[in-house]
Amino acid sequence: MDLLSNLALGFSVASSLANLAFCLIGVILGTLIGVLPGIGATATIAMLLPITFQLEPVSSLIMLAGIYYGAQYGGSTTAILINMPGESSSAVTAIDGYQMARKGRAGTALATAAIGSFFAGTVATFLVAIFAPPLTTIALKFGAAEYFSLMVMGLVMSVALAHGSVLKALAMVVLGLLLGLVGTDIYTGAPRFTLGITQYADGLNFVALAVGVFGIAEILRNLEDEHDREVMTRNISRLFPTREEFRQMFGPILRGTAVGSLLGILPGGGAILASFASYTVEKKLSKHPEEFGKGALAGVAGPESANNAGAQTSFIPLLTLGIPANPVMALMIGAMIIQGIVPGPNVVSEQPALFWGIIASMWIGNLMLVVLNLPLIGLWVKLLSVPYYILFPIIMAMCSIGVYSVASNTYDLYAVAFFGLLGYLMSKLRCEPAPLLLGFVLGPLLEENLRRAMILSRGDPTTFITRPISATLLLMTAAVLVLVFLPQIRKRRDEVFSESDA
Amino acid sequence: MSTKPKDGTDIATGLLLMAAALFFGWQTTGLDIGTSLRMGPGYFPMVLSALLFVLGLLVFLKAFGREGEPFGKVAWRGMAFILPAPVFFGLTVRGLGFVPALFLAALIAAQASHRLKPLHGLVLAVVVTIASTLIFSYGLGLPFRRFGPWLPF
Repeated sequence: MDLLSNLALGFSVASSLANLAFCLIGVILGTLIGVLPGIGATATIAMLLPITFQLEPVSSLIMLAGIYYGAQYGGSTTAILINMPGESSSAVTAIDGYQMARKGRAGTALATAAIGSFFAGTVATFLVAIFAPPLTTIALKFGAAEYFSLMVMGLVMSVALAHGSVLKALAMVVLGLLLGLVGTDIYTGAPRFTLGITQYADGLNFVALAVGVFGIAEILRNLEDEHDREVMTRNISRLFPTREEFRQMFGPILRGTAVGSLLGILPGGGAILASFASYTVEKKLSKHPEEFGKGALAGVAGPESANNAGAQTSFIPLLTLGIPANPVMALMIGAMIIQGIVPGPNVVSEQPALFWGIIASMWIGNLMLVVLNLPLIGLWVKLLSVPYYILFPIIMAMCSIGVYSVASNTYDLYAVAFFGLLGYLMSKLRCEPAPLLLGFVLGPLLEENLRRAMILSRGDPTTFITRPISATLLLMTAAVLVLVFLPQIRKRRDEVFSESDA
Repeated sequence: MSTKPKDGTDIATGLLLMAAALFFGWQTTGLDIGTSLRMGPGYFPMVLSALLFVLGLLVFLKAFGREGEPFGKVAWRGMAFILPAPVFFGLTVRGLGFVPALFLAALIAAQASHRLKPLHGLVLAVVVTIASTLIFSYGLGLPFRRFGPWLPF
């Protein structure tokens, strides 16, 4: 069978001693940084990205994937223990996880998160292996018009799934697109928006933008109000769940995995929606809905599984189409391009070892997380009690080194400061950074495909609605936009998001 | 005069978005727009700038007639010390070299919290510098000059 031989190839690549080591280092580093309060997966990857540049492409992507899972797991640890989700996707975990911790069930909550994540990760890895190759054959039929429409859909989805005002999220996408266009125009060589600074001719550095908007803005937010955190470490002795607890988490994990896998494929931030959706489903199905918000096991098991499944399946649009579904995937694209790999449908046929190696390493990474983290939870908890004022000078040093090491361009460091300020301003004005980052990555691609499509159709804009795939994608986009602005849905969406704020 | 309810945050957001749109639009004026068949470098940016302006205007207009959330505390001290750290690193990494530039950047960043005592900040900066030099310069072999030409040795 094709699938089996492909997976075998993948595992042989991923289980070479060197790659296993890189995966392990990635998982440990990712958890280490991800556990630091308030720093989510995106900021962690943005900071650690540069240390992978020196490696072989396969190893570097495997390590990055490891960092990703580690960071995500670290994020749920802080969400449960100190009620400080690093990312919106673990915000849901914080609702019931923190309450469980306050009742002295922190160990159970952490173990549930780990077990749920591992199960979801295993299932989703297989889904990626099964569905990615057939999708690439469809993707190969995509022309410029289809790519354009697909990206528009992804951007609109990211708006629909963003927290808060839809209008502001749309504005952030457009601002991101504009920032993405900074640099030399590919067709004419004309410099755009560079303010005469030749160091920006190659465009603004993607790592600088990510580190600034996610990492530095986060530090500034934490510095607003320095207070002592209450770490829930009192009763962490009993980790392993009881038989009864296993029975309770079984259903939520299965449902969470299904919901997450499905939503993760959607371009535009599926993992975040997945955890919200799973929480809502569990609350609806529960015999004791009143327990939710007060420490329900299902409220941790479901969303954590959904979150992880979604994170995994969001690799599908990345690996098949080269389109990032969320900011983390956008970082992955950045890393691939720096390694000289053009993400897209050709990767699977031209570099099968790379493609299947990454898929296999996803599962290995998840396994390592469970094996490593359950025994190491005590260590991570100790890290949580490190005061924040010691951490951020370290983080700033790492950010500076990381950004500078990308291209040895000192102007990238000035850009970091600018984007840090912009990110902080955005958070003060309650604008979401994720749509901005997605817009930034897709900006140049969107323009290129728009221009190419118009040339191919001899200037006829109806090409986008006369080609069937493109028309379908645009129709779906329009449907999403209409839905988001419909008053009832809007109210419902506000409810879902406000639950996480409560 | 009675004060009508308005959302100060969104008024500021709308105004800033419109300002950004005008800035990008103004920068586009020097670029060739082209035709819709052969788009010039200015075509797409101009469309986006116009779109951004409209979105900003909508955010601005919708801010009136409803109460907004308070703006909250601002991390002035944080901004004053965190943001200059990478800038300073960038200005000095070529001249002073990796080690001194990193030390000074970490020292500046350490001033951002009023809870970190000056002596502790100094110790922390030294530790960060030594660890980073070992990891990034010796361990990962990143091609940085450890001490630059501005230093006499």
